[in-house]
Amino acid sequence: MKMVTAVIKPFKLDDVREALSTIGVQGITVSEVKGFGRQKGHTELYRGAEYVVDFLPKTKVEVAVSEEMLDQTIEAISGAAQTGNIGDGKIFVTSLEQSIRIRTGETGVDAL
Amino acid sequence: MEVTAELSYALNTFYFLVCGALVMWMAAGFAMLEAGLVRSKNTTEILTKNVVLFAIACTMYMVIGYDIMYGGGIFLDGLAADGVTGAEEPAGYAPSADFFFQVVFVATAMSIVSGAVAERMKLFAFLAFAVVMTAVIYPLEGSWTWGGNDVFGLYNLGELGFLDFAGSGIVHMAGAAAGVAGVLTIGARKGKYSADGKVTAIPGANMPLATLGTFILWMGWFGFNGGSQLAWGGDDTVAATTIVLFTNLSAAAGAVGALFTTWVWYGKPDIVQTLNGALAGLVSITAGAANMDPYGAFFAGLIGGVIVVFAIEFIEKKLKVDDAIGASSVHGVVGFWGTIVIGLWGIDAEGGIGLFNGGGTDQLISQFIGALAYTVWAAALAFIFFSILKKSIGLRVTKEEEIEGLDIAEHGIRAYPGKRNR
Repeated sequence: MKMVTAVIKPFKLDDVREALSTIGVQGITVSEVKGFGRQKGHTELYRGAEYVVDFLPKTKVEVAVSEEMLDQTIEAISGAAQTGNIGDGKIFVTSLEQSIRIRTGETGVDAL
Repeated sequence: MEVTAELSYALNTFYFLVCGALVMWMAAGFAMLEAGLVRSKNTTEILTKNVVLFAIACTMYMVIGYDIMYGGGIFLDGLAADGVTGAEEPAGYAPSADFFFQVVFVATAMSIVSGAVAERMKLFAFLAFAVVMTAVIYPLEGSWTWGGNDVFGLYNLGELGFLDFAGSGIVHMAGAAAGVAGVLTIGARKGKYSADGKVTAIPGANMPLATLGTFILWMGWFGFNGGSQLAWGGDDTVAATTIVLFTNLSAAAGAVGALFTTWVWYGKPDIVQTLNGALAGLVSITAGAANMDPYGAFFAGLIGGVIVVFAIEFIEKKLKVDDAIGASSVHGVVGFWGTIVIGLWGIDAEGGIGLFNGGGTDQLISQFIGALAYTVWAAALAFIFFSILKKSIGLRVTKEEEIEGLDIAEHGIRAYPGKRNR
């Protein structure tokens, strides 16, 4: 099993959710996060003077999938979240040791 | 149509009360504007200052201020009887209505100070200053033009022909001068200027509140200027109505002027500067509302709206004076502009009195002398008193309190509970 963590533009969340449902992902976890990437935040103008916004608002999507679903999931997320502009975000993949479905007690891929 | 003395008395008095209530409402406008332009961690503080400064202004003006300015007696003891000393007999309106109208102007002058020194001044020190400002600084300078008194027995602004109809100089510029004195004494907010002199903008927390505040001020200004005709009925009705119309015209021109200036200058239209532009338009016409033609009123406001954009940048970036809401520009620089514009293209019953419409330089010089007298007086006295406060009880909260925010440090109450406060 793999844990796919994607940090995306907030307004792309609906598209990503749609794409993941289409390929059969059963559930995702979403959080509102802040961060910076290669641009190191950006500057905004207030009354003609600049100020730095260090951390930009982003949306983090976490999806647990089986090994077979991994490539499809990554394609779905990158396809749906891409605008081609700066700040589209990143996808991280980590190994997932175990998963348990609390109501039924199922474990492993069955619990996803 | 004949207006009897009795009817005229009733109309004038009623007009004072209505306009006084409108100007009182400007206190709400300042409170909302300032609450919108400070950071959320300093909101409770600025709201408290705005409410209490109004209460102090009303109290101190009643105790002594009105006596200094117009001779109404300590605690108004001359007021209830025969009217104000030196007033026309029989008075054309109830003397207490005049007090009610004048007292709210004092609060306006003090509200301007609160915005400039926001986000770092101790509440107690601020309130102590409010007492002096509303009891002495404002009433004394106000007496020079509106009370007809000599400036320290040296010269008389009225005899010089100085005109300030509703207070571009007397109220707004003087308030801003006191505010600048406060900023110079207390210093910039933490994080505003880096060690190498780089400026960082500190954006306000709530643009809807700032916009609401501006609209409230705009509305209240109809009382501020319109009421300064001091009478309603006959020719006064026409005059007062024209003044209200010009006030609105100038505000609209100011907002448009500032909007397009920022659009061209910054690349994007700036909401705070547009609000400042509307206020600048109002300040621009306050002195000359009774001495303008429609073109004059429009261009006074339009240019005021352009001036304010550059004044804020200049004061913030070049002079390195950290005025939290831009009061020194909106009320100070533009107050000066509003005062001298009468000397550029003002008119009176006989025709042009300005440099550009055949009036020569006499009026312009009088306006300069008056404007200078008000600025120097208000700034110098405020500076002295702020310095005394700094040496005695201290003006500024500690560095830790400033970082934490004055809401928690001084009041223990957040304005927006549960929200992250920056």
